[in-house]
Amino acid sequence: MNLPIYLDNNATTPMDPRVLEAMIPYFTQKFGNAASRNHPFGWAAEEGVDYAREQVAKLIGANEKEIIFTSGATEANNLAIKGVFEMYKDKGNHIITCTTEHKAVLDACKHLEKLGAEITYLQVKSDGLINLQELENAITDKTILVSIMYGNNEIGVIQPIKEISAITHKHGALFFTDATQAVGKIPVDVIADGIDLMAFSAHKMYGPKGVGALYVRRKNPRVKVTAQMDGGGHERGMRSGTLNVPGIVGFGKACELCNLEMAEEAKRLSALRDKLESSLTILEESYVNGNREYRLPHVANISFKYVEGEGLMMAMKDMAVSSGSACTSASLEPSYVLKSLGLSDDLAHSSIRFGLGRFTTEEEVNFAIEQTKKAVNHLRDLSPLWEMFKEGIDLDKVEWVEH
Amino acid sequence: MAYSDKVIDHYTNPRNVGTLDKSKNNVGTGLVGAPECGDVMRLQIEVDANNVITDAKFKTFGCGSAIASSSLATEWLKGKSIDDAMAIDNMDIVEELALPPVKIHCSVLAEDAIKAAINDYRVKNGLEALVSEKSHH
Ligand SMILES: Cc1ncc(COP(=O)(O)O)c(C=O)c1O
Ligand code: FES
Repeated sequence: MNLPIYLDNNATTPMDPRVLEAMIPYFTQKFGNAASRNHPFGWAAEEGVDYAREQVAKLIGANEKEIIFTSGATEANNLAIKGVFEMYKDKGNHIITCTTEHKAVLDACKHLEKLGAEITYLQVKSDGLINLQELENAITDKTILVSIMYGNNEIGVIQPIKEISAITHKHGALFFTDATQAVGKIPVDVIADGIDLMAFSAHKMYGPKGVGALYVRRKNPRVKVTAQMDGGGHERGMRSGTLNVPGIVGFGKACELCNLEMAEEAKRLSALRDKLESSLTILEESYVNGNREYRLPHVANISFKYVEGEGLMMAMKDMAVSSGSACTSASLEPSYVLKSLGLSDDLAHSSIRFGLGRFTTEEEVNFAIEQTKKAVNHLRDLSPLWEMFKEGIDLDKVEWVEH
Repeated sequence: MAYSDKVIDHYTNPRNVGTLDKSKNNVGTGLVGAPECGDVMRLQIEVDANNVITDAKFKTFGCGSAIASSSLATEWLKGKSIDDAMAIDNMDIVEELALPPVKIHCSVLAEDAIKAAINDYRVKNGLEALVSEKSHH
């Protein structure tokens, strides 16, 4: 086992060596521009892209013509939300999303608010799932888009996608989902799930960084988005720019591998995740955040009450994890996702996200369990709050001197 | 962001962790910060008849820099007179631990905790609380 161990696979995944192997020829040999239609260099590149497009489409049950390559999920989210708003503005200006979405969705919506959009931000329940009745109540005759993520990046909960799309379609709106954390980890099928637009990204599924896709449905209904960048009209006019051929080839290979291996992998990872969780929640006052039934197989988000996340991460020095604590982020605000679940600030500050992945071994998980336990105990020995809790003092009644 | 060696040292081997009997008249306790802010520091001093600090203890809920700042503060406090202790400035801590700008508030918390502990001691012993002339907020 090599230290430090990597348990932050929701932030990004290492690239699978098989993906790298598929990409290599496209840097120096098949380096052509996929849009060069009149010589073999262009044809070789185009062939690589075409094949990758099929691999990507296959993983999500789409037609290859429905895949628009982008620079990643951030761009795909922006293209979907802003592109739909612009394309369908005669139909309405109302978009529904929820408070636990990724910033790329929330900030794209904020941007549109300045341009006259009405945005409804649905609250989530304490388990992180939206309330379907609230969704239905929020829809108006001006609603053009419902944007709800598939799997959450911090707590891993999976929203009831089929039900959400059914409600959305009943009222004649389009359904977009940011499926960045779900695609390649669990079965995602755009037909069965009733998805009209979907964003996802290669670097979360053992592919390269800087490449992703927007799925745009072509039939029942035919969906269109207004391009957000002007240029050569690539990708059916929806996303101009010379294609990132090696990246796209790698993305394709990554999708193929996920398609072949994710069922087994999910079983293995959820067993490891369960082991991690059950071993760590033995510690007093530790809580798993988010719904434990409807969730991705590879992520555990746990709050260790009375210890602060960043301090804790420092003690877990041989492992890479992430924390909802404010001190780790530039904003000084603890995780808005955890706060949306109704967690108090102090519990949000005390959270650690463990993200397992394809290359995580059982030995590493065992190591993580031992290190984490030690770290929590070390920090609780140092924590005045833990001491007060042990003395039976109600911390909510203490008058704190905020600084 | 990488931590300085001194922060890591204090964090890994914190000095003077613990609790003094806060009901004693010669013990001053400072509890500053709030759980919602992600940092709470408790610093205690024990003072002898000559106004010299004979013991200091801390417990901190916070990031590594906050833990290191309070650990360092207890080291500095021991053996100091109350007046000298009152003069400890958060920037001394920043310098000693090589804290980056985003971690300055962790040192401010330590200075606040020192002053709160001293004032608690003073008030317990019939002296008025001292107000620090400088404000960080
Ligand atoms: C849910 C979700 N959406 C979008 C993104 C952004 O993806 P990308 O890094 O490909 O732009 C991420 C990754 O941080 C994510 O987790
Ligand atoms: S206590 Fe918040 S960053 Fe140090």
